[in-house]
Amino acid sequence: MATLIALSVLAIITMLIGAWHKYKWIVPVLVTGMAVALALNINDWNTYRHYYNEMMFVDNYAVAFNTILIVMAMLVVLIAGHYFRNVVKPLDDVYILMIFSLIGGTLMTSFSNLSMLFIGIETLSISMYVLAGSKKFDNLAKEASMKYFLMGSFASGFLLFGIALLYGSAGSFNLEAIGLYATSHANDLPKMFYAGMLLTLIGLVFKVAAVPFHFWVPDVYQGAPTVITSFMATVVKVAGVAAIFRLFNHSFMAIQPFWSTTVVILSAATIILANVTALYQRTFKRLLAYSGIAHTGYLLMALVASNATSMGAVLLYLAAYSLSTYAAFVVLMLVKDFIYDDKMEHYQGLARRNPLIAITLAISMLSLTGIPPLAGFMGKFALFSSTLESGHLYLVIIAILGSAISLAFYLKPVISMFFKEGGQIVIGLNPWLKVFLVLLCLAQFALGLIPGMITQLL
Amino acid sequence: MILIVILIVTFLGAVLSLVSPQPGRAKWIALATSILSFLLSVFIAATPSLYNSGFKYILLGEMGITFSFGLDGISLLLLLLTTFLSPLIVLSAFRKTYRRPHVFYALILLMELALLGVFTARDGLMFYISWELALIPIYFICGLWGSTDKIKITFKFFVYTLLGSLFMLVALIMLYLATPAPHSFSFDALYAVSMSNEMQTWVFAAFFLAFAIKIPVFPFHTWQPDTYDIAPYQGSMLLAGIMLKMGIYGILRLLIPLCPDALAEWGWLAILLSVTGIVYASIIAIKQDNLKKMVAYASIAHVGLITAGVLTLNIQGLQGGTLQMISHGINVVGLFAMIEMLHVRLKSKNISDMGGIATKAPIMAAFFMIIILGTVALPLTNGFVGEFLLLLGLFEYKAWVAVIAGLTIIFTAIYLLWMNQRVMFGKPGDNLAEFKDLSTREILILSPLVIMIFWIGIYPSTFLHIAEPALLQLIGR
Repeated sequence: MATLIALSVLAIITMLIGAWHKYKWIVPVLVTGMAVALALNINDWNTYRHYYNEMMFVDNYAVAFNTILIVMAMLVVLIAGHYFRNVVKPLDDVYILMIFSLIGGTLMTSFSNLSMLFIGIETLSISMYVLAGSKKFDNLAKEASMKYFLMGSFASGFLLFGIALLYGSAGSFNLEAIGLYATSHANDLPKMFYAGMLLTLIGLVFKVAAVPFHFWVPDVYQGAPTVITSFMATVVKVAGVAAIFRLFNHSFMAIQPFWSTTVVILSAATIILANVTALYQRTFKRLLAYSGIAHTGYLLMALVASNATSMGAVLLYLAAYSLSTYAAFVVLMLVKDFIYDDKMEHYQGLARRNPLIAITLAISMLSLTGIPPLAGFMGKFALFSSTLESGHLYLVIIAILGSAISLAFYLKPVISMFFKEGGQIVIGLNPWLKVFLVLLCLAQFALGLIPGMITQLL
Repeated sequence: MILIVILIVTFLGAVLSLVSPQPGRAKWIALATSILSFLLSVFIAATPSLYNSGFKYILLGEMGITFSFGLDGISLLLLLLTTFLSPLIVLSAFRKTYRRPHVFYALILLMELALLGVFTARDGLMFYISWELALIPIYFICGLWGSTDKIKITFKFFVYTLLGSLFMLVALIMLYLATPAPHSFSFDALYAVSMSNEMQTWVFAAFFLAFAIKIPVFPFHTWQPDTYDIAPYQGSMLLAGIMLKMGIYGILRLLIPLCPDALAEWGWLAILLSVTGIVYASIIAIKQDNLKKMVAYASIAHVGLITAGVLTLNIQGLQGGTLQMISHGINVVGLFAMIEMLHVRLKSKNISDMGGIATKAPIMAAFFMIIILGTVALPLTNGFVGEFLLLLGLFEYKAWVAVIAGLTIIFTAIYLLWMNQRVMFGKPGDNLAEFKDLSTREILILSPLVIMIFWIGIYPSTFLHIAEPALLQLIGR
């Protein structure tokens, strides 16, 4: 709760800084403010308190996912300072929208009422619609923003309709009440309830981009400014996944046999389609977009599993995924700074001229593939064991095939950088960036070797 | 505890060579650390009280994952093989002018570390992690310093072997989940799992796929000849000399103790595939002009015999397989080292470009002959003891299998001796004008190998005794 207040105050302060034209203060103030919010968030650990007439429930689940959200947002703001360093016009609005979006994200991890879920999603999404188009003289950005907005509002419609149907049958917006209703009427649930659940599911998987609700992702990721894309791929994804699991864990466990098949199909289709499509991408940004979709597929496996270990697995997986994806986006930003284009050819021979950048990208690609001892491996390992524990061997086999395919496209930039000659760009790095990249590499090893530091948050 | 010292020494060696201020110094760091690891492992081997030593450090208590490494006879032999070959592999690269040598030597040491991890892990997850970790350095060694078409070939190699390992991961997780409630990955806990017949079959299939791709067994071998061919010689030595032993070691360490029933039911298929591979690869080897590819196919044939012998599950087959792993490692590294020496001198690795070398370089011809005779399995050389035991084991299993597998000796003699004749004898070509005999460094590389060829050939008990208790325990199960 204190987290939410701190972040809201931070947003207002940032607006005031913008009003006073002290633009240089924005990034330091934001990072400090988010660090405070993070501390307050950790402080809520093991407290379990309801707020606002049970609108929100801050439990360890919320604390754990908020931690990832805030850390990722902090990282994005840090790199945004570098990304925007040559931009003359004031950018306070961009930063403020990011904070608002983050606020929406924290609501999505801690809601205990469907209306709060909707508010969280809209707060997050509307900020993102604007941010996607924040490069306003770029046609691709405009297209991205428009597409995102249209598709997003469509999904919101589904979600709202679903919520209405759920309310109609259960008579409450409260998650626990809905869960109780589903348990006590397990045999005579009205069709409306099932329909409502499915519509809610559709609305939510749209946000995390599961096949077949993924069509917006590649275009939006490509059109949006890269720093915003990295925000979408990490913060938005984490918040969306957290919301799905929170809703299903609290409300729909009684009818798991009903939705289980649906989620299995979503998950399998996402893994297969996204990994195969990613093979054919020529630009790095679209490759990362499909990689993001594929990882949604793996994460949905945990929803199918839904046992004692699956939340820990999801948390670990999301942390690993966000960290590695973020590292990849940082490299993309650095390269794009020089070449204004993200075709894979531009990475040729980068290892010789900028070994640090090449190694960072290679580590994050291998981590996303799930090669030990990197973070991604531990995430995949936890996820696979959790899914196997529930006896879904066939789904794990699909995931394995997907992982083997994914190696093929994750290796593309690595091969370009290390094994091919050519290209001219030499990227100048200031010492801070060098330290930052080294830390990113080390963090991916650390998370793989000591995964307990994340899973113990739950 | 000495074991962890070896691992740490190797790791530090890799880090030091990577950051060494002068790239030229990296090779000395690599040589020194690999020799140090070898001396330490000889010390372990010479001190019987250390045989079953190990160490354990709880990594993730609640998930039952422990950082645990240890030794028994089989591990010890492979530890010796790895640490024995690594300095020679490093030394064989000394004269080469690689780009970024410090990275090259660091990757070799990293590879050694991962291999040592595989051979000494006492925890399923540590085994898997080391297994996968071994892929990364060799991928970069082949990709960065390989020859033509390396991108496609290394790519195939990486994806192919990763797919196999992922199946192994699933099997390991299934076993892990079958252990009693706070689950554990330690080998002892995994061995204690009792599986239903159906599950055992699946676990067997998954493990066999992973190991068969790594070894490689007949229909899964397609990545191997090309990869050996394009890899720099040190990469080929690592791949053929040590890395493919990972697969056979996996069979000994996991497949045999974990899936006895499935092995009884499906073992014939695995043996059949291995034996098919022997004949198939031998015939292809005869036709090769490219020496590296010839050795690659010969390697498929020889490890096919090892795999078949080990899977018979009798003590002769197991003893022979374990010993032959060592012998094959020594012989194949010797062959690749000699091919590299020829390649450097003649700028070609094709038999058709060679001939009459014996007249110009008698010492080289002598070493070449000895290593080839070891591979051909002449009595008193290392190949003989191992292959004899393997064939004995196969004969006890089914006589006709032994007959087919025995063809390998004839085939090996055909292609290797014929090759020797074409390369070393015959009319000297024009390209031999500047041909020099072996240098001191090259003799230093080959002598230890030749000593081992005779040692194992004349007095194999030294090595047979190390592995025997562990192997007896393996069948005793």
